[in-house]
Amino acid sequence: MTISIQENDFDMACELVSMRSAGRGDIGAIVSFVGLVRELNEGDTVNTLTLEHYPEMTEKSLQAIELEAKTRWNIIDTLIIHRVGTLKPQDQIVLVAVASAHRGDAFHACEFIMDYLKTSAPFWKKEATNQGERWVEAKVSDDEAKLRWVKK
Amino acid sequence: MNIKVLYFARIKEAVNYSTEEIDLPVGVSTITALKNFLSLRGENWANLFNGKQVIRAAINHNLVDDLAKISAGDEVAFFPPVTGG
Repeated sequence: MTISIQENDFDMACELVSMRSAGRGDIGAIVSFVGLVRELNEGDTVNTLTLEHYPEMTEKSLQAIELEAKTRWNIIDTLIIHRVGTLKPQDQIVLVAVASAHRGDAFHACEFIMDYLKTSAPFWKKEATNQGERWVEAKVSDDEAKLRWVKK
Repeated sequence: MNIKVLYFARIKEAVNYSTEEIDLPVGVSTITALKNFLSLRGENWANLFNGKQVIRAAINHNLVDDLAKISAGDEVAFFPPVTGG
């Protein structure tokens, strides 16, 4: 269970190598997701994207999401890297990787972590376009994505 | 009762500062009551905290709903719906 909030970029290949060489012979699957800065958003060209967060709360909320994932699926290891600061189009924003014995658990847990991260981890995006700066609005579709995981 | 209040993202920009200590009057002991209290500070604050905008709250780094109780020494944060990832 590793969480990192950082300004620096990350190398997904290196991160996955360290995940599978951590001495866990029971890992049979790793599923990873990388989120990127889109150059086009709401019809405008994005020049930069700046991510603000609530440092004291961010790590705590990501830990809670990881723990919840662990209670739902058989997962062996998780990694969340989220960048903050000012990024450019096509820069990497976030990496979520989940290791498990079999692929089903890793696929589900990875998607679950992303859906929860998008709706409950305290990050906010502000984009600079040729039309000026604006805060990115939360999407209803993200809330709906999270609702899929509500236990009935 | 003294508490610390933090503002983030567009709320921070709208109120023009990020952190303050507030000595709450007796009776202001929930998130709803604190929002109402802040909305009395003027038009700028009223626009944010009169309930027309979705504003999320956290107490001591945990997301809470508007009925949550505030205690002395708490760190309360107000922010718009999150947009990370």
